[in-house]
Amino acid sequence: MEPPADSFEVLLASALRRGIGRDLASVTRLSGGASQETYAVDAGADQQTEPLILRRRPGGASESAGVAIGLETEAQLLELAAQAGVPVPAVRHVLVPEDGLGSGYLMQRLAGETIPRRILRDESFAAARPLLARQCGEILARIHAVPRDTLPALPEAPASVQWRQYRDRYDGFDWPHPVFELAFRWIEERLPAGASMEAGGQTLVHGDFRHGNLIVGPDGVRGVLDWELAHLGDPLEDLGWLCVNSWRFGNIDLPVGGFGLREELFAGYQAAGGRRVDPERVRFWEIFGSLKWGVMCMMMLDVFERGVDRSVERAAIGRRASEAEIDLLALLASEGAA
Amino acid sequence: MNDRPSAAQLLDAVRDFLERVALPKLDGHAAFHARVAANALAIALRELALGADLDAAERERLRRLLGSDGSLEEQNRELCRRIRDGRIRLDTPGLAEHLRETTLAKLAVDQPGYSGYRRALERRRST
Repeated sequence: MEPPADSFEVLLASALRRGIGRDLASVTRLSGGASQETYAVDAGADQQTEPLILRRRPGGASESAGVAIGLETEAQLLELAAQAGVPVPAVRHVLVPEDGLGSGYLMQRLAGETIPRRILRDESFAAARPLLARQCGEILARIHAVPRDTLPALPEAPASVQWRQYRDRYDGFDWPHPVFELAFRWIEERLPAGASMEAGGQTLVHGDFRHGNLIVGPDGVRGVLDWELAHLGDPLEDLGWLCVNSWRFGNIDLPVGGFGLREELFAGYQAAGGRRVDPERVRFWEIFGSLKWGVMCMMMLDVFERGVDRSVERAAIGRRASEAEIDLLALLASEGAA
Repeated sequence: MNDRPSAAQLLDAVRDFLERVALPKLDGHAAFHARVAANALAIALRELALGADLDAAERERLRRLLGSDGSLEEQNRELCRRIRDGRIRLDTPGLAEHLRETTLAKLAVDQPGYSGYRRALERRRST
């Protein structure tokens, strides 16, 4: 599957010289990220080293869920986001065919933490935590304000399109989840009336704005990562997704990522130029988000069962579909909905 | 009949080995996966301890709700069909209670520490 380590390092060293004119000091494979490989790279053997991250999809590796955008597009979005004032790592080199490393890019390695439990519990982030919800609102407003005509080609995925995608994925697994059936119906009954209604307010949507993809320092959010699920859609999707209980990591009464209140998120969003937030619609996307997370757990189980990834991690995540079910029941019951 | 150790005893011994012996010697990627593996064994152990009773209770609720009998899988498929075509709704008598009990039972096996599970248990106790 992987080329021998020495040939990878030789190729990476020449890519670094070609791309940024520096030598390879060291490279370490990092955990996480199933659809592509991530490495910590130190460049510049003799001078002061420059910490970098390599994200790449090895040549010939199959596409992941089929909805992820390419890594070149991801690099373009990082650059556009930076121009819009979104904290993101700077892109240093986009891989070219001569690099022989597949597709991907090298970016700045920002100092900070992504592990939710540390961000939510460690003393070193105590001062940052009360700021995070508002900061997330401000950052999301800037992402959603990136001019449409500057964007690379992105999938259009308003609520109706995603409903169909997730309904089809769920049906394909052919395993009954009565709670998911209820949620699919609830969402279907609340989809906007026509496709043109949805297209009107579409913006760039990050698509996976939550813990794990936010680098946090003692001063707050330092970087927004993992743009592979970016698409055009309803901007409030990003706000609802950030409130899904699975990303609160135990702090159930702090709905925004386990660190803040919806009011702080919305205030930051509107202060940074975002449109007036409809809390009902954010709630819609939170419910849809819990359902999507549940179906994603089924997707990861499927990857395990088909033998694509036989890791225990992949297998065990199938048993997290039930956390989406308990969250959906609480949400739907409080809506008094059918 | 197999001799002891039982399946549960074997799983428990492996879980213990992972947590006490292997984990302290591992770091990074390997430590993470060992922790996930120990947790997976804990799920299997809870299922062995609780699964039969929880399944029987779920099947009995489904029999009453649907007015028919069948395997758990068949009954759940039938419930899904009826929800999908609107014959059963969240306000249909018995559905909300059935789904709550069934989902609590799943979480008791899968993830008894999950915040949404604990909150749902508190709510059930207070009503």
